[in-house]
This record gives sequence, C-alpha cells and structure tokens, in this order.
Amino acid sequence: MSAGPSEAASVASALVPLPVILPLFAAGLKLAIGLRLQRTQRAISIVVLSLVVIVSLVLLVVADKEGPQVMYAGGWAPPVGIVLVADRLSALMLVVSTSVTLGVLVYSNGQGMADREGATPLSVFHPSYLVLVAGVSDTFLAGDLFNLYVGFEIMLVASFVLLTLGGTIARIRAGATYAIVSLLSSVLFLVAIVMVYGATGTVTMAELPAAIEKLPDGVTTLMEIALLGVFGIKAAVFPLAAWLPDSYPTAPAPVTAVFAGLLTKVGVYSMLRSQTLLFPGTRLTDVLMIVALLSLLVGIVGAVAQTDLKRLLSFTLISHMGYMIFGIALATPEGFEGAIFYVAHHITVQTTLFLVVGLIERRGGSTDLQRLGGLATLSPLLAILFFIPAMNLAGIPPLSGFLGKLGLLRAGVADGSVLAYVLVAGGTLTSLLTLYAMAKVWNLAFWRAAPAELYEVGAVLDSEETDEETDESEAEASREQGDTGTASDTGAPASQPPVGSGRAPEEAHVAVGTATDTARQEAPAPAGHTQTATFGGQQVTTTTRLPASMIGSTVGLVLFGLAFTALAGPLFDFTGRTADELIERTPYVSAVMDR
Amino acid sequence: MTLTLALVIVGGTLFGAGTTLLLCRPLTRILLGSVLLGNGTNILVLTTAGAAGDAPLLGFGADTSTIVDPLPQAFILTAIVITLALTAFLVTMAYRAWQLSGSDDVQDDVEDIRVARRAVYMEERERLRATYNDWREAYQSMVGSEEEQRAAERRAYQRLGKARDRYRELKDRARADARAHRARQARAEQTAEETAEEDDPWETILGADR
Repeated sequence: MSAGPSEAASVASALVPLPVILPLFAAGLKLAIGLRLQRTQRAISIVVLSLVVIVSLVLLVVADKEGPQVMYAGGWAPPVGIVLVADRLSALMLVVSTSVTLGVLVYSNGQGMADREGATPLSVFHPSYLVLVAGVSDTFLAGDLFNLYVGFEIMLVASFVLLTLGGTIARIRAGATYAIVSLLSSVLFLVAIVMVYGATGTVTMAELPAAIEKLPDGVTTLMEIALLGVFGIKAAVFPLAAWLPDSYPTAPAPVTAVFAGLLTKVGVYSMLRSQTLLFPGTRLTDVLMIVALLSLLVGIVGAVAQTDLKRLLSFTLISHMGYMIFGIALATPEGFEGAIFYVAHHITVQTTLFLVVGLIERRGGSTDLQRLGGLATLSPLLAILFFIPAMNLAGIPPLSGFLGKLGLLRAGVADGSVLAYVLVAGGTLTSLLTLYAMAKVWNLAFWRAAPAELYEVGAVLDSEETDEETDESEAEASREQGDTGTASDTGAPASQPPVGSGRAPEEAHVAVGTATDTARQEAPAPAGHTQTATFGGQQVTTTTRLPASMIGSTVGLVLFGLAFTALAGPLFDFTGRTADELIERTPYVSAVMDR
Repeated sequence: MTLTLALVIVGGTLFGAGTTLLLCRPLTRILLGSVLLGNGTNILVLTTAGAAGDAPLLGFGADTSTIVDPLPQAFILTAIVITLALTAFLVTMAYRAWQLSGSDDVQDDVEDIRVARRAVYMEERERLRATYNDWREAYQSMVGSEEEQRAAERRAYQRLGKARDRYRELKDRARADARAHRARQARAEQTAEETAEEDDPWETILGADR
C-alpha cells in the first residue's frame, strides 16, 4: 500500500487513461455549452474522438513493441489503487472501437438525429455518446474487476439514455427491457466480484492468477460460472440473448450501430480476459462450446424468420457471437487468435451494416423488407455499400469474414475433439444460413421491382402505424413474392411488380371486401400522384440525395472493413502475438506488479 | 475470515424480496426490486470485510491490525452511487411510460408478437386452406354424385323413354295388327254372311262379274 507518484511513468503509460478521460471531459464540456454552438459542439466531438483514435494507435504500437503499458491512477499501487492496463488485446480493441465510434459520430452528424422524431436532441445525444465511448474504453483498459464493473456501468447508463432518446413509446418499451436486464446483470456482476474478493482478497486482475491458484477447484469454478454468466448477458450469447433483438432495433440507426458493434464485444472482451488471465485451462470449455453452438444456430434461424431488417441483423449478431465464444472455448492459441481477429472484424462489419440500414431507411422510408424494393436501381451506391459488408458477414472468400471463420474452423479441426468438429459443422452451416439471410435481404430490398411509392422522391410515407390487417395481407403478398424470387433466383426478378404471384390472397381479401382492403387498394394512387399524401402515424421523409457525411462515413467504414482483408496477414500475426501474450499471462502480470 | 451471520441473512432476504419484485410487470415494482437487490448486494459486499473493527483511518494512531478492510466500503460507496443513477433513470422511465400509455407495465415486444402471430397466421391459413380444400372436394364430390345421379336418372329416363317408345311402337303395331286382323275377320264374316245369304259359291267368287 505504498503511495506516491510513479517515477517511471513513460509518455506511453501517460497516454493510457486518455481514451477514458478525453471523452468524459468533452462530454462535460458539451453539457456545459448546452444547446448553443451546435457547429462547435460537433467539431469538439469529432476532434476528441480523432484524438482518441490517434492515442489508441500509439498505444497499439507501443504495447506491441514494449509490452503492456500500465497507469496507476493517482500513483496508488494495487490492490488499493486503480490500474489501467493497455496490452495488445486492449489496444487492438481500443483502436477498432474508437475508429468505429468516430465513423458513427460523423454519420450521426449527417443524419442530424432526425429520423422519425424531431425530438431527439443533439444536446443529449452527443454527451451521452461520448460517455458511452469513455465507458467502453474503460472496460478495455480496466486492470481490476471493480473498474471493469464501473466501466460497464458508465457504458450502461449512457446506453440507457441513447436507447430511449426522445422518449417515444416504442423506445420506452424497448428501453424498459434493456434497462431491467442490464440492471440485473450489473447486480450479478457485483455479486461475482464480491465472491472473488471474498475468496481471494483482491480484485486486481494481475494479482488474481496467483491468488486463484491457491483456491480449491470448486470455488474457482463457481467464480468462473458467475463471471461468465454476467459476461454472457453482456455478450448476448444464446440463452441470455433474448433482450437484444427486442431492444436494439427501435433506437436511431447510429445508436443501434454502435450498440451492436461495441456493447456485445465488451462482453466478449471480458470473457477473453477472464478465461485467459483468471481461469486458464479447460474447466468449462465444453459448456462454452455448447453455448456457442446454440448461439450460432438459434441466432441464425431467428434471423431467417425476421422480416424487419434491423431485427434480422440483431439476430445475426447473436448468431455470430457464437463464433467468438467458440474461439474462446477452444482455449488454444489458434482459437484465441481466431476469436480476436473475429471480434475486430465483426465490430466493423456489424456497425457498417446497421449504418447502411439507416441509409436504407432514409431512402426507402422503412426497414421492413416487405415495403422495400428496387433499391439497386434507385440507389446503386447504397446497393454496393450493403453488398460488400453483407458478403463480408456471410464469409465470402476473399473478405475478412471468411478469413476469420476459416481461422476459427481450422482451430476447431486442430483441436480434434468431437464437440469441436460438431461446432465446425455448426459454424459452416451458420455461415451458409447467414448467406441465405443476406441473399433474402438483397432480393427483397434491392433486387425486386420497387413499390410505386418508392419512386416518388421526397414523398411522405407512412412507416409504422398502419392497420395490422393491411400489414399482414401485404406481408402475405410480398412474402410469397419473395419466396418465388429466391426460389427462382434469376427468373426475371426485377421485372414484375409485387402483385404477380401474390394475387390469390389479395383477391381473396377483396372478395371479403373489408374496409381496410379497399383503403389499401386506393393507397398507392395518391402517393403516386401527389407529394403531400398524408398517412396516419409516424412519418419519414425520403430523399435521393443522402447527406454526404452519412455516405462518407459509411464508405469509410466499409473500406475499414476491407482493410481487415487487405491487412489480414499482419493482423493475423498481431492477433497471434496477442493470443500468445494472453496465454503466457506473465507479461500482463509482471507489467502491473513490477514497478 | 469471520462472517457476520446477521448481514448474510439480511442480504439474502433483501435479495430474495428484490428478485420477487423484479419478476413483476409494473416498472415501479421492478424499480423497488432493483433498489432492494442493490442494497442486498451492498450488504453482501460488506460481509467480505470480515468482522467489525475500528474505522479504517490511517494516521490517527489507528492500529492496522484491528481496523476493518476499507476496500469493500469503497466498493459499496461506488455501488450506491451507481444504484442511485440507475434508480433515477428507472423512475423517469416509469413516469414516461405512464405518461405515454397510462400504465407502467413492461410491454411485450410488438415485433416478436407480430412474427409469432405471423407463424400462427400462416398455420391458421394453412389449416383453413386445407379445410377449404377438403370442403370443396367434399362439395365437389357431392355435386359430382348429384350430377351423376341426375345423369343416371337422365340415362334411366332415356332408357325408359326408349323402352316406352319401343313399347308404344310395339303397341301400335300390335293394335294395327289387331285392327287388320279384326278387319279381315269382319270382312271374312261379312263375306261369310253374304255367302250364307246367297249360298252360291259362284256368286261368291264371281260376284257381279257373273
């Protein structure tokens, strides 16, 4: 318990807390500025996040060359003081996460946070967003379990605000589920920390390995289960993932994007850290394998069943968590290597896809696949922007999704156990089903002929509160259309309007002659002729000229995702070194303990 | 390390009550549940500090062997602040939910229900389609059988008609035969009478030619 300033604090270790401090400071500044100086506020956010990206890159280089960088907050040594550690894994996660958050911030500036509601104030969004970034950085840098908990909480509180932005009824409903689950998980996390502290007398991660080795096996397993359960809720692996598709899709596109990209990966990062540093060995690997398999399969089957694009992507998110858990469960250097690579790849791709969905919503007025169509002709750029990350997610060969999956599958084959082979098979199947889900999106939203309303640029389209029956009959019509579209693949998919094969149920409805149906029959006509068609419910203004910064940042992120492919060799080398460092454990421990 | 049993019991009770409340629908109850859970956890944290002792203040002549572990107390302070923030947020959210919908119940996910309903709807449609097909088949078979019957009747009628025609023909022919027969007989009788009257074969044969 020695106090006093650290003499050996090099420049690099002084940089370690900056990814946490800078966004927090900027958030405070922006709250102080309040509603004034919008332009300055945006500039502040972008400058601060750019600085954080640069700092993270420096940390990545230094951590790779000179080992983990450590910062003792206030100069207090562990176990009393707070330690921030940036080793290879933390630095890599920081670089990827801050780059992605910077991209999303630029995107949200272009969007103006004006989707659907005017009541999404910038003066709330920006500070919360920065606090979220600070929380995520804190979890990546935390050198003790309690600081990890605090990082989680910072992140959570900010995410509550972001998720319920504007306070509409849909977001409050979604926010309630999310808040309660998060609250429960943080209580459980605290209990797990108490358990660890009660058993070992410390929560510093560098001190824990030595302390845990002295414990009886049962206690260790109990602690491992408690921590893995908490991180499993965060990472949204199968039995603990039901909250995710309910809560994410209602938020504004940039918020969903950053949540999907980062918040779940924080859970995966924590799992990686605890499974390598605290609980090495193969105690719970079988359980993790089964969880991974179930996540993979249940998630992707859920995705295939969805008709809303955002929900579909949320389910693929759950599914692809399985790959990372698989890598962790293997507990071999190759497994960790693949998992780390996959985390980096998946953060980028998933965020990009959600941003593209935001653009689709802008152009098409909806994220419902049954209302979309013809976007490939209406906006070819959008089609390309969707196509590349979608193929990347599905794992088409030259792209990084393929490389990441290949790395994991090879690690599974190298492991050679029956369960590993089952998971290899499950992973391949999931990859194929992801491709199917993406092809379905492509066929419905991009490839088939557009509904008449979509050609009317700037027309006000109804988005949500239509009649349920109308929805369903329409759903029926276009679902059948979609089915035939996917089944006959190349059979003139762009030529027929979405009434062709769906005529039978439509006629049946007309024959019944309900009021809603006649309304539906007439609905396209006014939308086609005048621009002031007003429908009940929420409204979206569609535009052909999407804001430059939205397109720009999405293009940037797509390119960033492609960079993983181009730099796959060096990146795999790096993740290999990271995995070695994680398994070796001594670099981390000695960096913190020897000072 | 010694544990204070009272703290464990209190913590456990709070945890149980909190969990029960957390399982309710209204957000207000969930809120209370989360507060209880948070407090229960804090008390459990306190148990890790071991038995009660002196205040952990260095530099006031305190004996480091009798003071309690200060770290759990620091944990609790942090946790209390966090619970406060979360509670404040939940209260606001419950109020907003009440403002918007008149109740603060946690709602089911609409899209989930829609997807589930769609499955039910599809099943129902399949079922109705199957029933419809069955009925139509039954109707058609029924209609078919009726038609067949009618056709059979018509055929029967036709057959009957033919038979009647034949019968009538035969009857007519028979009548004609009978008439002819009767005529012949009548003529024969007449001739017989005539011959009986004249009783002269030559007269009968030659008649007026004679």
